[in-house]
Amino acid sequence: MDSTRHTVRSYDDKLNQLNNFISEMGGLAEAQLAAALDAVGKRNSELAAKVIVQDEAIDKIEAKVDEAAVELLALRQPMADDLRQVLASLKIAQILERVGDYAANVAKRATVLNQLPQVEPARSVPRMGRLVEQMIHEVLDAYAKRDADAALRVWHRDEGVDSLYDSVFRELLTYMMEDPRNITACTHLLFVAKNIERIGDYTTNVAEIIYFLVKGVPLTEARPKADTTSFTVFNPPAS
Amino acid sequence: MAVAEKIAPGASSTVYHVKKGEQGTVLDIDDFNLWYGTSQALFDVSMTIERGLVTALIGPSGCGKSTLLRSLNRMNDLIDGLSIKGSVLLEGADIYDKRADVIALRKRMGMVFQKPNPFPMSIFENVVYPLRVDGVRDRRRLEETAEQALRGAAFWDEAKDRLQENALGLSGGQQQRLCIARAIAGDPEVLLMDEPCSALDPIATAKIEELIDELRGHYSIAIVTHNMQQAARVSQNTAFMYLGRLIEYGETRAMFTVPKVRQTHDYVTGRFG
Repeated sequence: MDSTRHTVRSYDDKLNQLNNFISEMGGLAEAQLAAALDAVGKRNSELAAKVIVQDEAIDKIEAKVDEAAVELLALRQPMADDLRQVLASLKIAQILERVGDYAANVAKRATVLNQLPQVEPARSVPRMGRLVEQMIHEVLDAYAKRDADAALRVWHRDEGVDSLYDSVFRELLTYMMEDPRNITACTHLLFVAKNIERIGDYTTNVAEIIYFLVKGVPLTEARPKADTTSFTVFNPPAS
Repeated sequence: MAVAEKIAPGASSTVYHVKKGEQGTVLDIDDFNLWYGTSQALFDVSMTIERGLVTALIGPSGCGKSTLLRSLNRMNDLIDGLSIKGSVLLEGADIYDKRADVIALRKRMGMVFQKPNPFPMSIFENVVYPLRVDGVRDRRRLEETAEQALRGAAFWDEAKDRLQENALGLSGGQQQRLCIARAIAGDPEVLLMDEPCSALDPIATAKIEELIDELRGHYSIAIVTHNMQQAARVSQNTAFMYLGRLIEYGETRAMFTVPKVRQTHDYVTGRFG
């Protein structure tokens, strides 16, 4: 419902600017995660260092979103979908900033991992990451197109991430039990996997925000969860 | 006043999602049409005013919202060449019935205007004016009513020590609250407000809005306002009118968050025209 323009042109300009900030931030967050995953998968410490430095760029755009949103609220008192647009931008910007932080954390762990002997799960963790990266890409696409159905599809895909995280968690525990020298690397990988899993959860939040933005009513359906690691007990075999 | 015989074709296309009042309906406007001479100002307007709730009428200038409001206490009768078709039922009785008593009707429908219009007399006499018209002379009853009405209009504390002063010496915001006190002194069922805050500063406006909130429940209020945020704040139901037609009439929250009609959306988000 936004094809016609506002009577006040600068109102439209400001809303468009907010939109562009989110797209820009989303693109950056996605690229940061992709690079961080490469840094782990290809043992590229140089790339990891770049990711850590670039995180600041995302933070800077978030500050701009905050400023633009506050100005819109104060000066225009937006109504209906305009108001949801401003609120959605604020919330999505905050989430994307978190995604950036997680990507930077993955990069930091990559620099440690790359100094240790490679362990096998170092390959399955980035695989899980690619799935989440794809989700972010699709959710940003859904945002740009204001497509609530596409957002809903992303929302449902998080179940797959949770399942993968579950199996990575078990795999890592197995490696650690096999050989205590793996523990340092596996623990870092476990955090990397956890970060990716969190990004997946945040992506579903973005999907919910998009749904509300488009439909004007919150998504009430309960999201299926497949992450059971919080309840996992794994006893080492008695020797 | 001539009643037009021409029957407009086609059913009304208004979209409704009205919040029903717990106390039922006070006014029932049914297929109401109005002409100023040959130019039609209202087309097939059908809506209810829920008892005890605040109903806001919004829409761009010339959409017919003030005309509709003024039709509810037959203020438009004074205009030459006016004709109407349809009915307005106040508790089941048509206010446009030939036998209807217009003076009695206007007492049941208190009205507050855009520009405060106190009479050039004391504050006290302004408030008790509706009783004077009825010939009430009992001093105690007049005093009691004045206090009650001034309290009801959140004006008692400011006015109690200056009741005999000329009302024209009051500030705009005070004058408007005095006019509301005068309107409620007649113990009306419905309060009609035509842009009651547009001549007031923000603080006086806030006081009137607070007052509307307090009067709700006891009175049914219909308010015409150009200020959409105000409509969103004070009302429970909102009617959006455009070019003499009722486009959408529904619960205020939905009207301003998820309007169902494109034109409503464009208007409330500031995209109109």
